[in-house]
Amino acid sequence: MIKGLAITTVWVLDQDRAKEFYTHKLGFEVRTDMTMGDGGMRWLTVGAPGQPDVELTLMVPGPPAMDPESAEMMRKLVAKGALGAGVLATDDIHGDYKKLKDRGVEFLQEPQERPYGTEALFRDDSGNWFSFTQRREGGLDLERDWAC
Amino acid sequence: MDKLHRMRLAKDAMDRDWADPGLDLDAVAACAGYSRFHFVRAFKDAYGETPGQYLTHRRIERAEEMLRCANLTVTEICTLVGFSSLGTFCARFKARTGLTPSEYRAKHVGRGASLIPGCYAMLWAGGFSTARSEKHSAAGPAYGDDRESADRRAET
Repeated sequence: MIKGLAITTVWVLDQDRAKEFYTHKLGFEVRTDMTMGDGGMRWLTVGAPGQPDVELTLMVPGPPAMDPESAEMMRKLVAKGALGAGVLATDDIHGDYKKLKDRGVEFLQEPQERPYGTEALFRDDSGNWFSFTQRREGGLDLERDWAC
Repeated sequence: MDKLHRMRLAKDAMDRDWADPGLDLDAVAACAGYSRFHFVRAFKDAYGETPGQYLTHRRIERAEEMLRCANLTVTEICTLVGFSSLGTFCARFKARTGLTPSEYRAKHVGRGASLIPGCYAMLWAGGFSTARSEKHSAAGPAYGDDRESADRRAET
């Protein structure tokens, strides 16, 4: 039986910069940072402190997993901002929005009320977008007139 | 990648500040650190449409959402999404959706709140040229395409 999502990949343009961003700006913790062999693959994973069983692996597009052409295409997609990395959950969207913004995180949308909760959007330092959401208690609110 | 990164900063500025009537071509180009002339071409190379076309798509997408779920008049929505001319807004809206704002509202109203997550509506509203946007490429002047237009700020 599938137990859930454990690790997923976020394609980044520079692992050192991404490590700095995810730890110092988002407050994630580094779970693993090791390199296999000389100049080999660097396995770098981070996760939210309260969620030990889920990790993001921050990978740079390139060999041996990707041929040069594919790697170049992937880097372009990341740089253009075409790739979304996921939804991050918070229990204090307004407080965390301010905290992250003060640390220099680039937001595309300030917190807005939605039927499913309050949501903001930001990018990581490579260009991946994240939804940043505080879910509404008690499910969807379909009663309100949603002037957006 | 640096060029693409700069184009993304400009696109993000439009995604973030689409309602700001002061968001003209110079302001957007400045976000990328480009001159307006080179900027329009570089942006189109990256995203398949001009900055003006992109911003128009973004504003029409916001207008669609307001028509679906907000108790506002078409004229109010026109202003809120950054157009200064109702005629221009209606023409752009119809070019993009195939319906006038009133027809669109009549078709979609009464279905409760918008259930399309805002992030998806935002990120799918533009950014890459598609068959759909090519079909509607006559949608009108964009940054750099019609510099003489008196209504340039709102339209583009």
